[in-house]
Amino acid sequence: MRVYDLLLRLYPASFRAEYGEEMSAIWARRRRDASGLAGVAALWIATVFEVLFNAAAAHWDILRQDLRYTARTLAGSPGFALTAILVLALGVGANTAAFSVTDFVLIRPLPFHQADRLVKLWEKLSGYSKMELSPANYVDWKHMSKSFDGMGAFWDTSVNLVGQGDPERIEAAAVTADVFPVLRVQPAMGRLFTAADDREGAPGTLLLSYPLWQAVFGGDAGVIGRRVNLDNEPFVVIGVMPRDFHFPSRNAELWTPMRFQEHSDDFRDRTNNYLEVVARLKPGVSLDQARAEMGVVAAQLERQFPKENEQTTASVNLLRDELSQQSRLLLMALSGAAICVLLIACANLANLLLARGLARQRELAVRAAMGAGRERLVRQLITESLVLALAGGALGVLVAAAAVPLLARLVPASLPIAQSPSIDLRVLVFAGVISGLTGIGFGVFPALRASSQSGLGALREGARTGGGRKERFRSVLVIVEVTASVVLLVSAGLLVRALWRIEATDPGFRTGGVLTLRTALPMPKYDETARRAGFYTRVIAAVEALPGVSSAAYISFLPMTMRGGIWPIAVDGKPVEVQRSGSHTASLRFVTPGLFATLGIPLQRGRDVGESDTVDAPFAAVVSESFVRRYWPGQDPLGRHFKVAFHDRTVVGMVGDIRVRGLEQNSEPQVYLPYRQVQDGWLTGYVPKDLVIHSATGPGTLLPAVRQIIRSADSEQPVSDVRTMADIVEAETASRSVQVRVLGAFAAIAFLLAGVGIHGLLSFAVSRRTQEIGVRIALGAQPGEIVKMIVRQGAVLAGVGVMPGIVLAYAAGRAMEGLLAGARPGDALTFASAIGLCVLMTVLGSLVPALRAVRIDPISAIRSD
Amino acid sequence: MVQTPPPPDAFLPLPPATFHILLAVAEEDRHGYAITQDVAARTGGELKLSAGTLYRSIQRMLEQGLIAETQDRPAPELDDERRRYYRITPFGADVARAEARRLTQLVRMARDRGFVAGRA
Repeated sequence: MRVYDLLLRLYPASFRAEYGEEMSAIWARRRRDASGLAGVAALWIATVFEVLFNAAAAHWDILRQDLRYTARTLAGSPGFALTAILVLALGVGANTAAFSVTDFVLIRPLPFHQADRLVKLWEKLSGYSKMELSPANYVDWKHMSKSFDGMGAFWDTSVNLVGQGDPERIEAAAVTADVFPVLRVQPAMGRLFTAADDREGAPGTLLLSYPLWQAVFGGDAGVIGRRVNLDNEPFVVIGVMPRDFHFPSRNAELWTPMRFQEHSDDFRDRTNNYLEVVARLKPGVSLDQARAEMGVVAAQLERQFPKENEQTTASVNLLRDELSQQSRLLLMALSGAAICVLLIACANLANLLLARGLARQRELAVRAAMGAGRERLVRQLITESLVLALAGGALGVLVAAAAVPLLARLVPASLPIAQSPSIDLRVLVFAGVISGLTGIGFGVFPALRASSQSGLGALREGARTGGGRKERFRSVLVIVEVTASVVLLVSAGLLVRALWRIEATDPGFRTGGVLTLRTALPMPKYDETARRAGFYTRVIAAVEALPGVSSAAYISFLPMTMRGGIWPIAVDGKPVEVQRSGSHTASLRFVTPGLFATLGIPLQRGRDVGESDTVDAPFAAVVSESFVRRYWPGQDPLGRHFKVAFHDRTVVGMVGDIRVRGLEQNSEPQVYLPYRQVQDGWLTGYVPKDLVIHSATGPGTLLPAVRQIIRSADSEQPVSDVRTMADIVEAETASRSVQVRVLGAFAAIAFLLAGVGIHGLLSFAVSRRTQEIGVRIALGAQPGEIVKMIVRQGAVLAGVGVMPGIVLAYAAGRAMEGLLAGARPGDALTFASAIGLCVLMTVLGSLVPALRAVRIDPISAIRSD
Repeated sequence: MVQTPPPPDAFLPLPPATFHILLAVAEEDRHGYAITQDVAARTGGELKLSAGTLYRSIQRMLEQGLIAETQDRPAPELDDERRRYYRITPFGADVARAEARRLTQLVRMARDRGFVAGRA
C-alpha cells in the first residue's frame, strides 16, 4: 500500500490531490482480489508500468494545457514577450559564441587518437623557454629516452609547386617517417611515409592535404603516383591525408619526408636549432615521469657536450598546451565578458518577470480562486519562462552563428585544428542548458513571489500591493547590471587603450606606398650566388623602370613576417660557440642595395651595401643603432669588426632600428649583409626572397607589370604573399582589433541592457507611485522637483552599482594585464569614461519615466482605483 | 464567460476508454471503481481499466463536459464518503451517440466488403 502511494507521487500534485485517494482505494481492492504469488506479482508489474505511463501522460496533459495558455498570454503581451526573448537571445548568443570558440581552442581534445598522450619536446636555454631541437640532440633524445611510444621531428617550410597550372607557393612541412604513426593518423588515400622514403638520397615522395588535392588536382582519384616538381626536384604523390587533418598547423598543405642528412654536418650540429619534435607518451607513463626522464637525458648530454649543450635542458609539454599565454588569456577574457552579459540578461529577465508577475496578480488571484492550486500556478509560470528562455535560446544560437565567423579570428593559427569552430551538437547542448537554467533559475523566484499567499491577496487589496520588499529586490538586480556593465566597459576600454598604444608604436620603417611580394628561389637551381644576383638585378632594374616606382630591393625576410633568423654574435675575438645564451644575438638579413631607401630606414652613418660587396671584397655589414649601442656605446662603429654567420665582418654603415619581431615585442639588434657576400650553396635559408617596392602607383596597377617582369626573368618562378607593408603592420594589430570589437560589442550590449533595466524599473516605480506623485503635484510640487526625485532614484542605483564595479573592473584589468601591452589596469581615463557612460545611461534611462511622472494628471491619478 | 460547446463530432473518434466510461455512466451514476467493474463486466473481463487510465480519462472528460460530478448521493448505507459519483451530461450523450453512429457506419462498410460474418 505504501509502495503504491509512493508510485502515486509520480503524478502531478494537482492530479494526486484530486484522485489519489480513490486510486489507492481501487488499487487496494485489486490487490485483495489478486490471488496467488504469481497473481500478485503480475498485478505489481502491470501497475508499475501503468503508473509510469499514466503519470507521464498526466504531466504531458498539463504541459500541453500550460503551453496553450502560455501562447495565449504571450500573444496578449507581445511587447513583453519580444523584450524578454531579445534580452535572452543576446545573453545566450554571446555565451554560445564565446563557448564555441573557447571549447574549440581550449577544452575539446585535439582531433587525434588519444590526443592527451601527445607531447611536444623543446630545448630549454637561458633566455629561451622553448627552443627547437638541434638535429644531433633530437637523435640522442630519441634514442636515450624510454618514456615515449614514438617520437618524430618536423619543420615548417614552403615549396614552389610547378607543373600544375600556374607555379604556386605552398606551405608545407618536412616530417620524419615517425610523425604520422605518432599521431596515429591514416591517409584518406594511398600510403604514409616509410623509413625507406625518409632516407638521404631516397626518391622524392609527398602526401597531399585534402584541400590541396581538391584545389590543385581537382579531387582526381588517380592522383596517386602522379609526378610533380617541388622546388625543381621531382616528387611522386603517394597519398592524400583526411579532410580534417591539420599538422603541424592548419596552414600546412603538403608533407614531404625530411630525408634527414644523417651523415652531413647538419646531423652533427648541436647548435643549429630548427627541429620541432612531437612524441606520444607510452601507456602508463605520466607527463611528469617523461619530464623527469628527459631532464636526466638532457643533463647527461650537457656533461657529454659541455660547450654546445651549455645550460640546455628539456621541456615536455602536452600538445594541447602549445598555446600562447596570450591566446589563453584572451579566451578567458572573452568567456568572462560573455558571462557578464548573461548575468545582465538574467537580471533583466528576472526584473521583467517580476514586474509582469505583479501586473498579473489579479489574473493569478482569479485562477487561484477558481481552484488552481499554488503548484499549478507556479508550474504555469515556470512553463512560461521556459518557453521564453527556449525561444530566446533558439534566437541566441542564430546570434552565435552570426558571431562565430568574427570570433574565429581569435583561433590561433598555430594549433593543428581547423580555422573555424562550428555550431555543433556540443555547442547546441550548451546553449540549451544555459537557456533552460536561465529560464528555470530566473523564472522560479518571480513565480514563487507572484503566487505567494500575499500576492494572491490581490483580489482583496487591489493592485497596490507588492510593497517595498519586491522593489528592493528589483533594485538589487539593477545594481548588479550596472556593476557588470562597468566591468565590461572598463575591460573594453583598457583593450582600446592597449590597441592605441600599439598602433602608435613606430615600426621604424615606411608603411605607406610599399608593395611587397615573395619570389622564393628554388634550390639547387639557384645555388650559385651569381645566378641569383642575375635574377635580382634584372627584376629590380625592370621594376624601378616602371612609372611611379621610386626604388625596389630584395631582403631575406620582411620584418614582422619572419621573426626569427637570430644569430649569435662574437665581438672582439670572443668565440661564437659559448655565446648561446641570448644576450649576444642579432637578427640577420641579406639585402640588395637600396633596401634602406625603399623601406625608409634612415641611414645614419656610413654607406649602404653595394654591388661591389662580393665574396672577393672584404666582408661588410650594416648594423642597426641598437647594435652599436650594445657593443660600442658612444664610439664610432664604422670600421669595427664582429663575427656572424661564419665570417668576420666590417661595419660599413649604421641604420635606424626596426621592429623585426612585431609591434609588441622587443627585437634583437639588426645586422644586414650584402646579398653577394655568400658562398655558393651556403645559408640558402637566408637567400633574399621578399621583393619590396616603393611606388606612388597603387598595387592594383603595379602588380600585373611586376608579375610580367618576374615571368620574363624566370617563367617557372611563382609569386606569392603579395601584400603591402601597411597590410603587414595592420596584421600585427588585427587580432587585437577583433578583441576590441568583440569585447566592445559585449560592453555595448551590457550597457544597453543595463539602461533598459534602469528604465524598466523606474517606469514601473512611477506607474506604481502615480497616486503619490499626483498628490505631490496637487500639493504644488514643481515639475523640476518631480524629475529630480525620479532621476535621483536612478542615480542612487547607478552609484551603488558603480562602486563594486570599479573594484571588480580593476581586478579584471589586473587579471588580463598580459593583454594590455603596457597600459595600466588602473588607467584613470578609462575608468572616468566608463563611469561617465554609466552616469549618462542612468540619466537617459530615468528621463522617460521622469517625464511621464511630470505629465501625471493629479485629478485622475487620485481618483483612480 | 459563456463558451459555445464544440460540435460532438469534434471529439471523434473517441478513445475506447472514454467511450466505455460514457456507456458505464449512461444508465446510472457511478463512482470510479464501479465504472471499472461495469466496463470489465460488459467486455467479459477483456478491458480492465487501470486506476491511472480511469482517472486521467475522467479528468479530461470533466474538462470536455462529457460527464459531470454529481452531488446526489445514494442511500447512506451504500455510500462511502470518499467516493465521487459521475453522471453523463446531455452533451456527453450526444458525443456517445455520434461515436456509435460512426462505429455503425464503419461496421456497415466492412460488412459490404464481406469482412463481417452474418447477414448482409
